[in-house]
Amino acid sequence: MELGELLRQLVFDYTLRTIVLGCALLGIANGALGAFALLRRQSLIGDSLSHAALPGVCIAFLLAGETKNPLILLIGAAISGWLGSVLAAVITQNTRIKDDAAQGIVLATFFGTGYVLLSLIQSSAGAGQAGLDKYLFGSAASLIERDVQTIAVLSIVALSVLGWFYKEFKLLAFDGEFLASLGFPRRRLELLLTSLTVIVVVVGLQIVGVILMVAMLIAPAAAARQWTNRLSAMIGISMFVGAAAGVIGAVVSALEANTPTGPAIVLALTAMVIFSFAFGAERGLVWNALRARRNRRTALAHGSDAPVYAAGD
Amino acid sequence: MELDSSLTIILVCSLVAVSGAVLGTFLVLRRMAMLSDAISHSIVFGIAAGFLVFRSLDTVPMLISSGLTGLLTVMLTELVFKTRLVKEDAAVGLVFPALFSLGVVLITRYASDIHIDIDAALVGEVIWTPFDTITLGAWEISRALVTMAILTTINLAFIVIFYKELKLATFDAALAAALGFAPGIIHYALMGLLSVTAVGAFDAVGAILFIGFVIVPPAAAYLLTERLSPMIVVAAIIGVVGSVVGYQIALVIDASVSGCMVMTLGAIFLLTLIFAPNRGLLAGWRRRRRQKWEFAVQLLTMHLLTHEGQPEEGIESSVRALPEHLNWGADFTGQIVARARASGWIAQDGDRLRLTDGGRATARSLRMGAA
Repeated sequence: MELGELLRQLVFDYTLRTIVLGCALLGIANGALGAFALLRRQSLIGDSLSHAALPGVCIAFLLAGETKNPLILLIGAAISGWLGSVLAAVITQNTRIKDDAAQGIVLATFFGTGYVLLSLIQSSAGAGQAGLDKYLFGSAASLIERDVQTIAVLSIVALSVLGWFYKEFKLLAFDGEFLASLGFPRRRLELLLTSLTVIVVVVGLQIVGVILMVAMLIAPAAAARQWTNRLSAMIGISMFVGAAAGVIGAVVSALEANTPTGPAIVLALTAMVIFSFAFGAERGLVWNALRARRNRRTALAHGSDAPVYAAGD
Repeated sequence: MELDSSLTIILVCSLVAVSGAVLGTFLVLRRMAMLSDAISHSIVFGIAAGFLVFRSLDTVPMLISSGLTGLLTVMLTELVFKTRLVKEDAAVGLVFPALFSLGVVLITRYASDIHIDIDAALVGEVIWTPFDTITLGAWEISRALVTMAILTTINLAFIVIFYKELKLATFDAALAAALGFAPGIIHYALMGLLSVTAVGAFDAVGAILFIGFVIVPPAAAYLLTERLSPMIVVAAIIGVVGSVVGYQIALVIDASVSGCMVMTLGAIFLLTLIFAPNRGLLAGWRRRRRQKWEFAVQLLTMHLLTHEGQPEEGIESSVRALPEHLNWGADFTGQIVARARASGWIAQDGDRLRLTDGGRATARSLRMGAA
């Protein structure tokens, strides 16, 4: 397909436009929240939250009389994802089990429980159960305008709250002790930030699926981190990277038959992360290698007369 | 001759549980639990690559290619981490989704004719393991059972032979390196075993159940034991109990076997988290409450000692004045006075409290300690 034809379809083709818009919104929301997850060394929270959402989806499905209304399923997913994150926090705060194992426990046991429910739903042959599969593997192709509206509303809510508490969250990311010493309710702010993360993760589930959600959340932030040392700039770049990957992934999977959207988005993200690692401002590996070579040359050229710098010069 | 299928399923899962306990104990202690998650997901890439190279889905080529993929995952994660551009948790979260995506794209584009059901691979269909058999002499045995028996033997042998080295590398890597134990080699050996075991288990019980067996029983055992070898044994027992009980539940409610087993492991962990004798939530809560009371009783004796023989002794030793002077609630004051009397440190005459000889000695030694 030519570029012109592609652009024409992006504007006029309902299906493609809907999918691209949904993926872009998802990238923006995850890019913003992912910056905080990355800085707080909670990169894998996306993984445990997305797995922990499954039992909630199934219970909501059963309670609401086998509904396919995405909002009800999303609420169920959010509640169980949220409970999972609270349980992980209870474990790490009260026992000697570390964060990695706590996340793993939540991930495996919640997902296992969800899968039990899913197998029960499937064996009871509910007519509408087919819709639940997309929470496992994601299915951007099935996005309709109502889904995109839901994504838009939830993303705007999450981003607004993030903006409202920006200063507090910034302190939380860099110096939680200081935040607590100023009298802010640190634990409650942590819970709020996690809750916002739950919202964007749950929204992303139906597009990229349980397994790839972790990359959707942190890869944009990991790329953005290489270009700036300022949080606000990092969030901006991260949102842009997330949106760009969303669009690229959606378009590629529309152009190439047999390429699912979720993996396409993640591979686009991975390419951007690798590029950022190599060429990122100042920190980039390429600049480092060049600098090291230049230093070595200088040292060799000067021989024993090489200028000697004390540490800190 | 053949084994009963229920027995086969329970045996396969118990072997995964024992392997998981052995490897998982070290992962949990080394704070690398999520590597099991990463490895078991990136195996999808190993399966795809293995099929494209070997053009077959037999056990041995799959074990080789997936085992190598597991090692590749660990090495890439460390490579990303060593650039110091992101932290370790982010390195894990960047590498395995990339490999998983690559695997899915390879399968859907170049191998869509082969039957790789990602759904089954994720959660596993342990229910089919008894029907996929190989013949060994007069025995017709489940292939998964043979694979897992071999893998479990290798894992146990590794742990028994290198127990001392593993222990040292886990608790004091610097000392291990200084003594010439090569903690790096131990680390990669552990990761290699984890990868190969993940592949074997992946085939039989699926990724999620494998992660469950690797992380959950050792974490529960961590709350119940204080030494390394009992921790491994308790973790293995919890894993086996989880498989047996989980299987029975699955039969009764007619649901996913792997799912029921992980769910059971989760329930065992939850009970352990709450009721573990020294490290559980209840024990911690009781300990904090007791410490609070002990501290309050000590505070009361020191309060009485400070004002003993002073002009204000009358009002300071009055029970009614204590809530205001020590900023205590009325109920709490009553409890503390009762406890202090029960310990024999103070006596009460009407509203007045006074120190006994023992209480005075205690308060004095506390004051010496404070100064």
